[in-house]
Amino acid sequence: MAAQILSAIITIIVGVGGAIAYFWGANRLLDLIFPSRGVAGMAAVDNLRRQGFIRPWLFIGPALIILVVYLIYPVIQTLYLSFHDRSGENFVGVANYAWAFGDREFQNSILNNLLWLAVVPAACTFLGLVIAVLTDRIWWGTIAKSLIFLPLAISFVGASVIWKFIYEYRGDGQVQIGLLNAIVQFFGGNPQVWISLPFWNSFFLMVILIWIQTGFAMVILSAALRGIPEETIEAAVIDGANPFQIFWKIMIPQIWGTIAVVWTTITILVLKVFDIVLTMTNGQWNSQVLANLMFDWMFRGGGDFGRGATIAIIIMLAVLPIMIWNIRQANKEGGL
Amino acid sequence: MASVGIREVRKSFGSTEILHGVSIDIVDGEFVTLVGPSGCGKSTLLRMIAGLEGVTSGQISIGERVVNNVAPKERDIAMVFQNYALYPHMTVAENMAFSLKLKNAAKAETEARVQRAAEILGLVPLLSRYPRQLSGGQRQRVAMGRAIVRDPQVFLFDEPLSNLDAKLRVAMRAEIKELHQRLKTTTVYVTHDQIEAMTMADKIVVMHDGIVEQIGRPLDLYDRPDNLFVASFIGSPAMNFLHGEIGSDGGPAFHGKGGVSVPLNGAAGAGGGTPVVLGARPEHLKLSDDGFPVEIVVVEPTGSEIQIIGRTPGGEEIVANFRERHAFEPGQTVKLTVEPNLIHLFNGETGKRL
Repeated sequence: MAAQILSAIITIIVGVGGAIAYFWGANRLLDLIFPSRGVAGMAAVDNLRRQGFIRPWLFIGPALIILVVYLIYPVIQTLYLSFHDRSGENFVGVANYAWAFGDREFQNSILNNLLWLAVVPAACTFLGLVIAVLTDRIWWGTIAKSLIFLPLAISFVGASVIWKFIYEYRGDGQVQIGLLNAIVQFFGGNPQVWISLPFWNSFFLMVILIWIQTGFAMVILSAALRGIPEETIEAAVIDGANPFQIFWKIMIPQIWGTIAVVWTTITILVLKVFDIVLTMTNGQWNSQVLANLMFDWMFRGGGDFGRGATIAIIIMLAVLPIMIWNIRQANKEGGL
Repeated sequence: MASVGIREVRKSFGSTEILHGVSIDIVDGEFVTLVGPSGCGKSTLLRMIAGLEGVTSGQISIGERVVNNVAPKERDIAMVFQNYALYPHMTVAENMAFSLKLKNAAKAETEARVQRAAEILGLVPLLSRYPRQLSGGQRQRVAMGRAIVRDPQVFLFDEPLSNLDAKLRVAMRAEIKELHQRLKTTTVYVTHDQIEAMTMADKIVVMHDGIVEQIGRPLDLYDRPDNLFVASFIGSPAMNFLHGEIGSDGGPAFHGKGGVSVPLNGAAGAGGGTPVVLGARPEHLKLSDDGFPVEIVVVEPTGSEIQIIGRTPGGEEIVANFRERHAFEPGQTVKLTVEPNLIHLFNGETGKRL
């Protein structure tokens, strides 16, 4: 434990120190190579211009290089692998894609992903909005908001472990220690194995992500709601709008851009959902999703690089358009 | 159109009282400005007339009806806000039609009313634009259009021009006045700018620290301010004040700091020894050999007149305007006097006019 803490601290110091040393040193070096002080007239102007041209690259350079190495290169490599067999050596054309669309488990994953897409972003945004509106008006709103925001700080795996205890099932005759079953039993119902209930088990997994992400939606939407000019609401009051009309016709349209950004951000997250499914069911009982399926093919049972990469590419293709739209929308928001 | 009655209205936020019993009568069709420094309660009073703030005690009526507990939309008023408060997601036409839409008015009638208001305000070419595509003056006009469309009993304006630049403000001032002359709708207009109040109003209500200092026609307030506050607030540049007392040795006269002496009318004999404040408008100060001395500090020629800022021997600041082009120099000492019937005298302790 002590050794791990020590190594974490050393890593932080080396990392941050290294970054500072790089930026300071590179900056200094540039000043030395093209001095602008102590050089006569035109030469100084020239050097200043060269400095101005090079300096931005010094600062964004490291980020750019890391981006290429860890993002662009893997994308190209994945694309390459998706057209090759399980060892990644023999070209197989679109065989992997053909396999994917014929595979029952893949189809099941697609279906589940669509279900997740339909439920989670909508539920998070709706709950987030409702909570943001309601907590704005009560004195203990800040406390409530903090509590709702808290799950966002828990890792997906950690959250799954918590919910595993909530959904826990013990065999007949044993004391039910799962919260949900305890409640069901209290009201006279029969305990269930919640995470293996066909079809519905996916929804029990979704609840976990909704529990985590509602805080995110709430915080962003709450800020947006506060950004609405009070006077527009007062003008609407005088114009004769009732509270519902004010909410739907004055407030919602004014934060529409933010709602869209929240919605799409969560949508992207949902397309990549993996940890929760892995921890809770590992895709059993028809709860498989694309990301977990990809992980399965890539790293389990000897590994099939071709099929794993194919699923990765399909996920990327699904995320990409939403991502582009999301970034554009966010930029538009910032530019207003 | 309707009259507005405000009787002994008080307003408290928690334990702090903002308005300490305000009474104003606004006649049908009148243009009334509420003017005063920020924090005097004028905007709060306007918001109470609108129904955006509750009334702590007292009574507000519009027409014959007491509206203390009437919802804003039932009061038949329209309000123009300082920041325009246009709905950013609606076009100009939609902004103006919003209130009628909420009332489920017939589409043809809504369109006709919007069109008419747009014509009055010169907004016809802008009807399909969004607020963000408009300039400040155009937005202000849309905000007024939104009010006109409703054809309300009372217009309420809350500092509508303070976000505009100086030139536009003067233009819009005239436009609002003209609009009022045309529509003859009762108007309550809040501003902190006394020039706006003077130029636009039929009646000015000067407010200060939650009370009404004086109500009257613009020129009455200018010529006969009831107290020191109104005297100092109305008029630009502001009235000059000299502190001193009335002496009766050899005819009534004002004796100020540093040996300043100004002869008074006989009527102003409030008895010797009372502390008083003498007020004189900058344009009422005249050069005169038997006046009091003023050392010139700054000379400001504006073209139409020359303004000097100077100091009396008692160290009190004096501003004087002259239509004639005198050759003043900083450092020079001039002698100034005021005609006795243009002098304002105030009680030095209560600030009330004598």
